[in-house]
Amino acid sequence: MKIYADNAATTRVSKTALDAMIPVFTEMYGNPSSLYSLGQEAKEAIENAREEIAGIIGAEPREIIFTSGGSESDNHAIRSAAELGKKNGKCHIISSAFEHHAVLHTLKRLEKEGFEVTLLDVHENGIVDPKELENAIRPDTCLVTVMCANNEIGTLQPIREIGEICRNKGVLFHTDAVQAVGHIPINVKTDNIDMMSASAHKFHGPKGIGFLYASKKVRLSNLIEGGAQESGRRAGTENVPEIIGMAAALKEAVSNMEENSKVMCEARDRLIEGLSEIPHSALNGDRDKRLPGNVNFCFEGIEGESLLLLLDDKGISASSGSACTSGSLDPSHVLLAIGRIHDVAHGSLRLSIGEDITKEETEYIIKSVKEVVEYLRSFSPVWRDLTTGKKQFIL
Amino acid sequence: MALYSDKVMEHFRNPRNVGVIEDADGVGEVGNAKCGDIMKMYLKIDNDIITDVKFETFGCGSAIASSSMATELIKGKPVSEAMELTNKAVAEALDGLPDYKMHCSVLAEEAIQSALDDYHKRSGK
Repeated sequence: MKIYADNAATTRVSKTALDAMIPVFTEMYGNPSSLYSLGQEAKEAIENAREEIAGIIGAEPREIIFTSGGSESDNHAIRSAAELGKKNGKCHIISSAFEHHAVLHTLKRLEKEGFEVTLLDVHENGIVDPKELENAIRPDTCLVTVMCANNEIGTLQPIREIGEICRNKGVLFHTDAVQAVGHIPINVKTDNIDMMSASAHKFHGPKGIGFLYASKKVRLSNLIEGGAQESGRRAGTENVPEIIGMAAALKEAVSNMEENSKVMCEARDRLIEGLSEIPHSALNGDRDKRLPGNVNFCFEGIEGESLLLLLDDKGISASSGSACTSGSLDPSHVLLAIGRIHDVAHGSLRLSIGEDITKEETEYIIKSVKEVVEYLRSFSPVWRDLTTGKKQFIL
Repeated sequence: MALYSDKVMEHFRNPRNVGVIEDADGVGEVGNAKCGDIMKMYLKIDNDIITDVKFETFGCGSAIASSSMATELIKGKPVSEAMELTNKAVAEALDGLPDYKMHCSVLAEEAIQSALDDYHKRSGK
């Protein structure tokens, strides 16, 4: 059996998206900046895509700019807000401890440039407390950036509430919605969002394309200087085929959202139930306020990379927050942020299932994970110390 | 998977000498759970020959493969020879390890040396 359970890393391009893209490569290949009809056709196609995407998230077309993906969108949004803030003497930014590195590393860089950054606690359940956010806002706060859904543990943040607080205080609010767009309903108007990052390959679109929504009241800085594309904010010939593919993928994801979500939530809940039967294991992140497809567990006494390799042998593709899977010495900052200590965080497993998951596959995953965990524990000196009472169980 | 050599994967999938020796003559444990790697080696030594060796490992694929390979390299060998075992020899026998995984072979060397130290301490040598 082959089961792809790493949809939070990337997804397969849908047939709809692929079909939409192919003729753009070979037939509608004109440069959108050219004035002849082949170019203007391409121009019209990307503007239609912009309109479609804007409509889906409740924005105006001119509030969407196409980017290379989530990381670029995050960088561009935060940089722009920081620049605006600096002009007004506001150099304080609020974020959360478990943001994606595209956000955290940009903030680190801004700290070196003189900005002050407050990272909010995400608590044991992996959710920011809006009250704590409100208390952290200062007169010199220029931006709040909190993700919509966490990429590792899938926890959903109270975006609307955060947005409302920011609006009342006159602070810009950006959200990295890379894991959320196409999976849960989002409307930038009703959710009080000023800027939002999205990436196509997380919702069955192609890699290397994404978008940034920026409310018309936000003046984005010019990320790439050059031609007049994207109103001069991001020069360079547009990635026409992928823009078309992204719009097609998003349209499809949103129109099937309810149905997909039902299938995924059902499988997710069964996986959580089944994996909870493994002794000395724990679900990471809130049980209910999480993405439909996200399951993340820690298993005491084993290490994540060996777990992944053995699951791969059984045909299951998954991921882990173990240090060994990242090439660094520390396990996932997300797991540490929710209070998992190193010893336990190394033994984590993230399953991010797709909407095509079957009941049979769900049961196969449960059975396989149980087998592999038991096997690895059978010769783990840590497990021996735990079971013989030399060490105290944490989970 | 291209991450590791076939040899590493083979030892990871079918680790040799896994387990515990209850009446071991030398036991060594190195690493810590915080870093994500712990290796424990058990030696049975008769007449200065390592007659049996077993290991337990908490760690990634290359840590398990390194433990397995290290036990193979010293089993049946004189203690003096085992004391010469280097991490390089372990890594080479595995057809190489990725750079950032070389510490796994270091850990295997240290685990063996630690078990030999324990043996020497116990036997008063």
